[in-house]
Amino acid sequence: MNELSESLVLALGLVGSADATLVEIVVLTLKVSLSAVALATLLGLPLGGALALLRFPGRRPLIVMMNALMGLPPVVVGLLVYLLLSRQGPLGGLGLLFTPQAMVIAQCVLVVPIVAALSRQVLEGLWEEYGEQLRSLGSGRLQALGTLLVEGRFAILTVVLAGFGRVIAEVGAVLIVGGNIAHVTRVMTTAIALETSKGDLALALALGLILIGLALVVNGGAQFVREYAGWRHG
Amino acid sequence: MDEIRRDTGVVGILPLELRGVSYEAQGRRLVDTLNLRLEPGSLGVMLGPNGAGKTLTLRLCHGLIEPTLGTVNWLGPEGAQARGRQAMVFQRPVLLRRSAQANIRHALALNGVPRSERADRTREALERVGLSPLANRQARVLSGGEQQRLALARAWALRPEVLFLDEPTASLDPAAALAMEQAVRTIHAAGTTILMTTHDLGQARRFAQSVFFLHRGRMIEQGPAADFFAAPRTREARAFLAGDLLT
Repeated sequence: MNELSESLVLALGLVGSADATLVEIVVLTLKVSLSAVALATLLGLPLGGALALLRFPGRRPLIVMMNALMGLPPVVVGLLVYLLLSRQGPLGGLGLLFTPQAMVIAQCVLVVPIVAALSRQVLEGLWEEYGEQLRSLGSGRLQALGTLLVEGRFAILTVVLAGFGRVIAEVGAVLIVGGNIAHVTRVMTTAIALETSKGDLALALALGLILIGLALVVNGGAQFVREYAGWRHG
Repeated sequence: MDEIRRDTGVVGILPLELRGVSYEAQGRRLVDTLNLRLEPGSLGVMLGPNGAGKTLTLRLCHGLIEPTLGTVNWLGPEGAQARGRQAMVFQRPVLLRRSAQANIRHALALNGVPRSERADRTREALERVGLSPLANRQARVLSGGEQQRLALARAWALRPEVLFLDEPTASLDPAAALAMEQAVRTIHAAGTTILMTTHDLGQARRFAQSVFFLHRGRMIEQGPAADFFAAPRTREARAFLAGDLLT
């Protein structure tokens, strides 16, 4: 108990003094996860839109697959990306293994199904509401996708936040493809795992506190977006 | 009001003619071998009790659904492009989550109206339905009557030859309904052919030049409104006009 409270005091000190190591890890984490989410949004939204609005063979199985992939275990994704990027792998020549870029790729793979599957639900619901009206106004399905993305912008934003929430707290994938190298690929979750096993609870706890804080900010943000949308558009 | 017509000299798409149109859903025939002819310049009112197939018929006319049997014909070679030359106002119009005028601009953009014309046409359409003061208001927070008139302005801004209106005043209070009726009237006076549904007999009497009376998916009577209201030919129409419950 004593150790815990001592560590907590030390942790708060680290956060309060903006300790250099701590800041470096937090910044890298945000860089990696935000890049991954941005990339996954660019890939996932058109995919979700196509699944929602277009009718093509294999659509149903693809929807089922996307839904299933939302629960993809991060370590397995880490392993697959590791195999792709390792020296003998098909993309080994790029020399990306154990770099932040590799971590972005792995996290992106985790988020694409989330963005695609959830935005598919959002857009399909919107299409039910807007479809006839938009067709009546002369809109094709591709044009409609643009309109619906704008109409559903608040819901889509919460989808993206859900993707961010998934990767910011994820440890398996970044550990395998990043390697937890100090100053290079060490992010919050891998640092917590390492420091805890080393017995340096202060840094681990400090990072843990920041992670919890981030989760609060993300969820608070999502809540705010919902309420703002409701207030503005009824 | 000739300047509001699409290019002058373009062949119109009217009359619209439905021949033997049936529509089935889940094995039930909801519209039954229906014939209908809509003349250019007319103001037609489709009457009938709930479930008579009025809305379905409008959607068939507008091309939102395909008939199971029969044909929906627009006039001439222009008929093939009938889509952009007709518009519809739904009973519960769907407005976009943006300002009133942005809703109209969006519809104009969808129809390839050049950017330079959009502002003028938007302003004109809002004026026509008396919504100019609310141009910058968020569409979704307008009152029911204002939303209906905005939907009407949006449809009219496309300069359609034909405007389909589905129960345009069904959920409005008398004042809002009157404003809506006035807007429809000026639009018709400016040269747009109108086909609307209603189950409000008073409104039909005030409005209709020709009447289409539907019952159970069938066209029971159609003809000039004066004749229909003065001397309905069928038992169903007489009962409907007398306010009896039709079953």
